[in-house]
Amino acid sequence: MEVPVLKQGAVLIATFQAALSDADLKQLRSHLIEQVVRLRSRGVIVDVTAMDVMDSFASRTLREIAHMIRLRGAETVIVGIQPEVAFAMVQLGLTLEGVATALDLEEGLAYLNNRFENIA
Amino acid sequence: MLRRDVVSRDLEMGAPQDSELVRSEGASELLRELVSHLRQNRTQLREEWTGRISETRLLTAMSNDEIFAEATSVYDSYVEALETGTFEALQAYARNLSERIIPRGVETHEVVGIVLLLRDVLARSLFAKYQSDFMKLNRILDAYEPAANRIANTVAVGFVQERERVIRQQQEAIRELSTPVLQVRERLLILPIIGVIDPQRARQLTEQLLRGIRTNRAKVVVIDITGVAAMDVTVANHLVQTVEASRLLGATVIVTGLSPEIAQTLVTIGVDLGKMNTVGDLQGGIEQAERLLGYKVVGLPEQA
Repeated sequence: MEVPVLKQGAVLIATFQAALSDADLKQLRSHLIEQVVRLRSRGVIVDVTAMDVMDSFASRTLREIAHMIRLRGAETVIVGIQPEVAFAMVQLGLTLEGVATALDLEEGLAYLNNRFENIA
Repeated sequence: MLRRDVVSRDLEMGAPQDSELVRSEGASELLRELVSHLRQNRTQLREEWTGRISETRLLTAMSNDEIFAEATSVYDSYVEALETGTFEALQAYARNLSERIIPRGVETHEVVGIVLLLRDVLARSLFAKYQSDFMKLNRILDAYEPAANRIANTVAVGFVQERERVIRQQQEAIRELSTPVLQVRERLLILPIIGVIDPQRARQLTEQLLRGIRTNRAKVVVIDITGVAAMDVTVANHLVQTVEASRLLGATVIVTGLSPEIAQTLVTIGVDLGKMNTVGDLQGGIEQAERLLGYKVVGLPEQA
């Protein structure tokens, strides 16, 4: 299942629909890092609200996406991690270190806009 | 074929079964004799026992009169258990006694101690009585010892079970003192933790906090642990996990009120607190949270 990526101003928004296979995640990763420069985006939001399970591969891929996008000159923020998922993740030691997180899409947009203002 | 087999086995088993029967009959007769001896010397033995109890400084939480009263009923239930070979009444009595004496701070070793003392006092009286007839003494002890040990066991287990029940009850009471997640400003939560944190409570706290962050759309959380006296590795790690999980939800956590003891413990056991944002007291924590949220507290100009 492909993950839809929407463009909203200078921000790309990727919304996970449900549990994704490893292949889907890899595909999303290459798609995002390609699009982010082509569309001249300054920020990427990955919305995982619909995910009720986050395994180590998904967690690692999210971290890779964030780091790769930083190398491509944009910011990433992961939004919508569910409380239960967050707790399960830290228990597994998947803490998404060095990756910005926010409560939901709105917060994520506010975070990115704040960052853009600081840089501009 | 089958039947013959059974019959022949019965025949084979015949002899030992009989002797078993004889022996148990003999034992019960001996027990009867024993019980009547204990009944006859009730006053004297009981006094000797209470004397030994105060000598060894057991049950210091109770007055002598109380000890004597309890000793009387323990003695009677003891003899009754020896006589009937049933332990239910004694068990019930032990539970009841434990219920009364646990709140007064009586310890397990004291209860076990007094039961063992009674056992010894009675055994000594048996030694004295059957001194002349060594064989009989031996047989009496054979009958007495298993029953006496079982009684000691029953009382001790009853006491410990009662104690555990009390502890469980108290743990539940603590757990029910729910820890509130409070919103003090728009997007700022405080979580005051008071009392003992065990892994189960820590987990419950985390769940409540994460849910609170979501429902209140919090950006900053101040966890105040001024009221926490001690913390072990498990709980400290859990605290770190809570901080990380909150971050995954986009909230910053500030921990306040780490006591000197906890600070020492955490550093000594080497818990990684690098990810934790700590401030000395709750006031400081709230002030920092307000800075993070962009609030500024300004005093009102004095009213004329």
